[in-house]
Amino acid sequence: MTRKVAVYYAIMAALLVVVGFYQSWNVAFGILNLCLISAIMALGVNMQWGYAGLFNVGIMGFTALGGLTAVLVSMPPVSEAWKAGGGGIALSFLILIGTVIAALVARRRVPAYLKLPVTIAIIIVGFILIRVFYLPAVDRIEEVNPAHTGYLGGMNLPIVISWAAGGLVAAGAAWFIGKIALGLRADYLAIATLGISEIIIAIIKYEEWLTRGVKNVTGLPRPVPYEVELVETEWFVSLANWFGAADLADTASLFVKVCYAALFVVVLGIIMWFAERALKSPWGRMMRAIRDNRDAASAMGKDVTWRHLQVFILGCATCGIAGAMMTTLDGQLTPTSYIPLRYTFLIWVMVILGGSGNNWGAVLGGFVIWFLWIEAAPFGQWFMQTITLPMDEDNWLKQHLINGAAYTRFLLMGTILLAVMRFAPRGVIPER
Amino acid sequence: MEIANALALFANFVLVPGTAYGAQLALGALGVTLIFGILRFANFSHGELMSFGTMAVILATWFLQGQGVDISPLPTALLALPAGILVAIAMSLATDRFVFRFYRQKRSNPIVFAIASVGVMFVYAGLVRIVIGPDDQSFADGARFIITAWEFEEMTGLDEGIAIKQSQVVTLVVAVAVMTALFWFLQKTRSGKAMRAYSDNEDLSLLSGINPDRVVMIAWIIAAALATIAGTLYGLDKTYKPFIFLQILLPIFAATILGGIGQPIGAILGGFVVAYSEVMVTYAYKKFLAYLGPADWAPDSLIQLLSTDYKFAVSFLILVAVLLIRPTGIIRGKVIG
Repeated sequence: MTRKVAVYYAIMAALLVVVGFYQSWNVAFGILNLCLISAIMALGVNMQWGYAGLFNVGIMGFTALGGLTAVLVSMPPVSEAWKAGGGGIALSFLILIGTVIAALVARRRVPAYLKLPVTIAIIIVGFILIRVFYLPAVDRIEEVNPAHTGYLGGMNLPIVISWAAGGLVAAGAAWFIGKIALGLRADYLAIATLGISEIIIAIIKYEEWLTRGVKNVTGLPRPVPYEVELVETEWFVSLANWFGAADLADTASLFVKVCYAALFVVVLGIIMWFAERALKSPWGRMMRAIRDNRDAASAMGKDVTWRHLQVFILGCATCGIAGAMMTTLDGQLTPTSYIPLRYTFLIWVMVILGGSGNNWGAVLGGFVIWFLWIEAAPFGQWFMQTITLPMDEDNWLKQHLINGAAYTRFLLMGTILLAVMRFAPRGVIPER
Repeated sequence: MEIANALALFANFVLVPGTAYGAQLALGALGVTLIFGILRFANFSHGELMSFGTMAVILATWFLQGQGVDISPLPTALLALPAGILVAIAMSLATDRFVFRFYRQKRSNPIVFAIASVGVMFVYAGLVRIVIGPDDQSFADGARFIITAWEFEEMTGLDEGIAIKQSQVVTLVVAVAVMTALFWFLQKTRSGKAMRAYSDNEDLSLLSGINPDRVVMIAWIIAAALATIAGTLYGLDKTYKPFIFLQILLPIFAATILGGIGQPIGAILGGFVVAYSEVMVTYAYKKFLAYLGPADWAPDSLIQLLSTDYKFAVSFLILVAVLLIRPTGIIRGKVIG
């Protein structure tokens, strides 16, 4: 069994090495970095689906929350914007908390028949109050140097902190959504998570005072050195010479990617260690017992809903960590790039392919699927070129097919998912 | 006069577009609720099935336009609709044969079906983007407006006009016709009764000799037809964008659950409730209130509850409210899984 796992991982490594030799090492490490992040996301989904059987289709939202946290933690604060509208935002936030507390208290105090009207009245009053302070503050913030800032900025802390913070933020959102949707029927959770992820993306896209919206936040600080500085550093130049590198700029960008890869491997290792420990512990056995027979587990005195909430939060937090790491790697937050096929459903293909319930399988699935997702583009191009070879160069059908070649990856992913579910439902590395 | 102006304004920006959108959502939700009722899973590929069917309609429309066929003032797409429906039906029957039938025979968990439908979604999305491309396609032809805002103002002497687009009327007429036909089928025909029986109680219906394969086949045929019609009407009303069909899945699911899963009438109700809420919550009431208030007065702000960017939030809030207050939906639907 373990031997089989080792063989699969060796094949995967060999594939990346082949890419390194035939395309370039820069491409290979670029793929590897996103493979590592995908593997972390797949681990998060595997906790929810593999351990507990929860169907979460809102992964994109939790990933985006991690990305948002990376911005809020690492960017320098815009003091002018804080002066202009920070007070208004803070005040409306306090009113929001006040409204929630007032509604909760009122619901306890008033007689049952007044509960709904009173709650609605409090919410309406709170909503109006918030808007009175919130909207002008937002306008003032967005007016501050809109071409460069126009938002509140962040906390100017090292971006690595945001990896943990992103997990915490995602966990908070998961707690909220889990409280509502868990404990009901299984597909309600799916549809509710689909909704929350769309809302999170809408917030990140349109709340410009927080995220600059579609203007994107670029130039996030890095945990690793910059290429332009590297090529002027003495030790790096001598290192490159020692390796016999031809192009210094190329080597610098490779070096940066290797640094990221090292950081990501550490994070993946830590999460993997915890995930494996958890799965093998009594807690992991209980989770699987709940997954396999909910009623029996409940009869044995296990609090099924609470355990589901627990594992749901853990899985979403893992996705949040991965999201913060991805934004760090990109060096920018681009809200429009979050699309469900890529950030939610692709992760599902990874988990199903790798083997749900098995952490090593999920990680392998993350590697394989990301590799295929990237390499499907040149392969699709080649495929379309080949089948259209007899046609004229300016034949419209040929042009059309070649333009559509990038989308063969969707076809490929769907086929992989369906084939695995049909012919190897336990995945490449089945659960032990 | 002022009140009439206010009502005309409201009708123009809320009632008319909301009704057309509601009919489109209702047709989508009917398909989801049928599959939910008969096959007992949440079909995530329904949005992409809509997209696929609409794509077939667009291709047929282009072909007809190339042949010089013209039924103006009506859009040519209406003539192309049957061809698109046939393509979508063929596709979904093939999908059922090669994907879902296997899990049905194994009596798999509904979640397994749902995940398989994710795979189907990927395949459809890939096919659509390869065949027609990821860009917007506008395929509406024929007359744009039944009545323009300006004509309405001339006619009534009001300051506010009600513009009625042709696509909105076409949407409503087609939707009413399709829904009537569907309810006639479900209530009056043998197959329709068999479907309802199967949806209510699978074991009992099997005992009384209903052929499950036939019921499932009819369910797919109806769902594919409804999906194509809904997608085409939506595309005629706005434009056809392949990526929109994943986003429209959320309001459709919200409508399905709100109406009660497996309940066709509920799906229609749900579709309209979701559509009207979405339009009403994101409408800016400034001008409307200015007409109703004293003369020469207008509210300072836009009086918009939510910016249009957050229209998904409306579906989501409806969903949450249903989950908390009445998980079975308006018309008591079934509770599966």
